[in-house]
Amino acid sequence: MDLSMLWYLVPSVVMLACGIYGFVTRKNLIAILISLELMLNSADLNFIVFNRFLFPGSMDGMVFTLFAIAIAAAETAIAIALIINIYRAIGNTDITEINKMKF
Amino acid sequence: MDSVGNIIVYFVVAIVMVVFSFKAVTTGKILRAATYLLFVLLGTAVFYFQLGYQFLGAVQIAVYAGGIMVLFVFAILLTHRPDDSSGRIGSHRRQIGLTLSGVSAVLLLLALFYMPVLNGVSLAESLQAGNEITMHEIGEVFTGSGRFQYLLPFEAISVLLLACIIGGVTVARKN
Repeated sequence: MDLSMLWYLVPSVVMLACGIYGFVTRKNLIAILISLELMLNSADLNFIVFNRFLFPGSMDGMVFTLFAIAIAAAETAIAIALIINIYRAIGNTDITEINKMKF
Repeated sequence: MDSVGNIIVYFVVAIVMVVFSFKAVTTGKILRAATYLLFVLLGTAVFYFQLGYQFLGAVQIAVYAGGIMVLFVFAILLTHRPDDSSGRIGSHRRQIGLTLSGVSAVLLLLALFYMPVLNGVSLAESLQAGNEITMHEIGEVFTGSGRFQYLLPFEAISVLLLACIIGGVTVARKN
């Protein structure tokens, strides 16, 4: 039995589908961010798998994944700062109640 | 032909990742969702190690499972009371969510299973085909400006992180 590329891509597809489901159905901002991380992680795994199985001599997929991880960290930090700010303004992080801007 | 140990590790990690991805988006408690996400991220790190990218696995554990998860737990505890009733996160629009994720999963799986290239090489063959990635090579890739070297994106990322620090402090600060 061989571990081919397909084997690694199937969990990635499942992660992406779960991320889409959570992104659409969740009401809490932090839970939406968690779904977003799932989707990003599945994209990272795809980069690595394609690099390893199709172009084993180069390492560009790994470099792209490292950049993606760094950008994901920056994005999460900003998003959490925004969420804390929203919590301070209206008292919770439920997206159905965030329907007014300042003016 | 891959070794039995690799196949067992693959199955354990794949099942853990699938189960905890489902649970992370369906559980009702926000802190539990974050914990399930942590398990998924650790499973991905194991895949990176298995595919021969040791440095990337270490980065995944340190940055994702270490840094980002701490940020998540910090934010959750700042915005939710840790008692039972108020930490619940409802879900709505289930139909749209199920349709969207189902359609995308089916399309992607169909595409995967009809691609002949995906079954060509096994893990052992491709691990042999590429030489092991040393820290020396990784350092050269990030600090060179030639072909297939990434000095400019590396510097851009450092500026981005600086902007992110300043932006985070500015946004989250009290007046």
